[in-house]
Order: sequence, then structure tokens, then C-alpha cells
Amino acid sequence: MAATVTSTATTGKTWDGGNEPMGASYGKMMMWFFIVSDALTFSGFLAAYGFSRFKFIGTWPIADEVFTHFPFMHGVEAPMYYVALMTFILIFSSVTMVLAVDAGHHLKKTKVAVYMVLTIIGGFIFLGSQAWEWKNFIGGEFGAVETKGGSILQFVEKNAEGEFKRVAVADFAAHLPTSRVDKTRANGIWFEDAPALPEFTVEEVAEGLKAHPNVVIRTETIDPKTKKKVVLTRDASLEAIKGGTLYVKGANLEHNEYGHKLFADFFFFITGFHGFHVFSGVMINIIIFLNVIYGTYEKRKSYEMVEKVGLYWHFVDLVWVFVFTFFYLV
Amino acid sequence: MAHDTHGQHESNLKRIWTVFGILSAITIVEVIFGIAKPEVLFMNSLFRLNLLNWLFIILTVVKAYYIMWAFMHLEGEKSSLRWSIVAPLVFLIIYLVFILLIEGNYIFDVFHESQYKWIF
Repeated sequence: MAATVTSTATTGKTWDGGNEPMGASYGKMMMWFFIVSDALTFSGFLAAYGFSRFKFIGTWPIADEVFTHFPFMHGVEAPMYYVALMTFILIFSSVTMVLAVDAGHHLKKTKVAVYMVLTIIGGFIFLGSQAWEWKNFIGGEFGAVETKGGSILQFVEKNAEGEFKRVAVADFAAHLPTSRVDKTRANGIWFEDAPALPEFTVEEVAEGLKAHPNVVIRTETIDPKTKKKVVLTRDASLEAIKGGTLYVKGANLEHNEYGHKLFADFFFFITGFHGFHVFSGVMINIIIFLNVIYGTYEKRKSYEMVEKVGLYWHFVDLVWVFVFTFFYLV
Repeated sequence: MAHDTHGQHESNLKRIWTVFGILSAITIVEVIFGIAKPEVLFMNSLFRLNLLNWLFIILTVVKAYYIMWAFMHLEGEKSSLRWSIVAPLVFLIIYLVFILLIEGNYIFDVFHESQYKWIF
């Protein structure tokens, strides 16, 4: 038992406070605790994405065909450039953050404030970019038909180079007369809610397909040899459209025109959760920035708070690096 | 003593910009490969994952290393702190991804090989 008895001298050193295990202050260590747990949360999401993708590996959407927009370049297919730009914005705001931390070590108040402002601006630009990305994803561009089994039929046409390019359903669908009209409660005393009139019915799409001999259907299936989506022949297309149940444009949590339903769900959930982290990061940065200009840390003679929010901000950047890889590249 | 814990009083500016350069370069390389999709890499697989994807994943881990080591300043922390952060993450993430991907792959095989077919 003698071994467990400690002298007052050592207990004094260990337990009287001011001791920093692993050389990190309390706040910094807690920030690291949080980051480790949050990193595991994101890993869980991305691993779940990988799970679903492997489960449907033969039919999963190809990211290059989904994210093709770039601001002010309408109709130009620009896969990846936009997200790469977003990555740069976030990396650069990480740099300004680390510059703020560096200036903080030298107790240069103005410099810290300036770099914090730049970081905050970077965060807002990133959030705006993400909103734009979501807008395109939700709005969709071409439209597709969902089948009974829940798979997606997209419409393509051969261009001059002999490659299949998507065509918008709106460009070829027929207009069939329908007796159904959209009514609201204001139209009568007896009113029951019904689904809103779709932009096109499947019959209209099928009629349009018949009338346009160049348009064929691209299925979800990926050909293992070419690693491209299988395009049906004209006859097979006319046969396949008979299985259609719903015209889909853009994406929501239930249907999307890009492919498997889980794809849009994961996209909304993971990029949304990350975007929420960016948003909270910007808010925390603003609070710390105000503290900087009020001189709180100047009085403390320590800018460690800047360092701690910096850790969080870099973490957000780190997560984006992985989201970028697994959603857009792989 | 106090001087040790604040060892970064000399400026890190050079290191910061170098790391920014490295991160940007890696991103550009990723985008170039992602758009060009070289046949050699894209069509050949290792462990059922094509080489291009392996390249992307490795480059991403390299990026993660630079962000954590330089920006989050793990390189300046005590190694006990550094590894108590990195080791659990590395172990748990590899473990989680390993079991989930194996399972996903198994379910794909069940859908694909068995009598039960998605024909509609």
C-alpha cells in the first residue's frame, strides 16, 4: 500500500490547478475533443454514403453528369470546376485564419482583425456558392422519368461528335389535352387536396419520345466495360418508357432526376450538415472578431481564443476536402 | 519553460504559404485527373476500386495531413496530444469504412447474383 501514498509535495503539483496535460490548455483540448467526435460523425455519414453506393454500385449516378454548372456559363458542361473553386475558397479562408492566429501570437491586434474579416468573408462566399449549388441541384435542368421500380430514365440525343448528350424533356414532350385542372380551396365549397398537376405526364413524355426519332433513353445501369451509363436502342427506349410512372425534374428528398433516390438524400444531408458547420463557424468567427476589436484579447495578452476557433475553422475545411473527394471525384 | 510552450513566436508565414501552395497544387492535380480520367488509371482496379479513385483518396489523405499538421498546428503539439487525436481517428475510420464497404459489397452481390432480380 505504501506505493499508493503520495507526498503532499507531488499532490500539490498535480491537483492544485494550472496543470496542463499534454501541454494543451483546457479550452484547446476541449476543442480537440469536440473535433475528434465531430470528425467521427462525418466519417459515419461518409461511410454510410459509401455503404449505399457499394450496395448500388451498378446503378449509382456518375457525379460528372450531375454537377455540370458554372456561374455565367449557361449550357456549358463544366464538371468539377465549380466545386474546385469552392475548395479553393475554403482553403484560402483557412490560410487567412491561420495568418490571424500567427498575428495573434505576436499580439498584433489590427492584423488579427483584418485576417479575421477576410476569413469571415471567405466563409460567406463559400455559403453563397453552396446555396447556388443547391439551387441547381434542386431545380434540375433536363428532367427524367421515374419507373415503377424507382429507377430513373434519362433522355439523350447523339450530338455532332457522336456522343450522347442529355436533352430536356420540355424540348420534346408532347402536349396532350387533359380534363384535370388545378383548383384551390377558393374554387368551391367541397374541396379535397390532390397532388398538383405535374409539368408533364408520363404519357406526354412517351408521345414526345415517339415523335422524336433521335431521342433515346439512358438507363441507370453502368456498363462495367466502358464505365458509362447504358444507352438503350430506339426500340428498347420505346419499350422502357412504358414502365414510367412519374415525370421528375430536379431533386427533393423523395425523387430526383439524377439517379438513385439515396444519392440526393445523401447530397442534401452531408453537404447540408457541412454547410451548417460552415455557418456556425462564420458566426463564431464573427463573435471572436468582435472580441478582437473590443480589445478583449489585448487585455488578456493572449489570443488563444483565435487559435481555438481557428481549429474549428480548419476542421470545417478538412471535412470539405473529404466531401469534395467522395461526392465529386470518386 | 514558458518559452518552450510558446515556441512559435518566430513567424510561421513561410510555412503557411508553402502549405497553401501544396494544397492548391494537389487540388488542381485532382481536378485535372478528374476531368481527363486517364484510361490506364480509370479502367484498372486494385481491390475492386479503380486506380484513379485510389489516387484521389491518397491525395485527399495527403491534404488532410497538411491541414492537420500545419494549419491545425499538430506538428507543434506534444506527441502525446498529437497521437491521442490522430490514432483513434485513423483506427476507427478505417475500421468503420472497412466493415461498411464489405457489407455494402455483399448486399450488392446478393441483389446481383441471387434469384431475386430488379427487372423493372
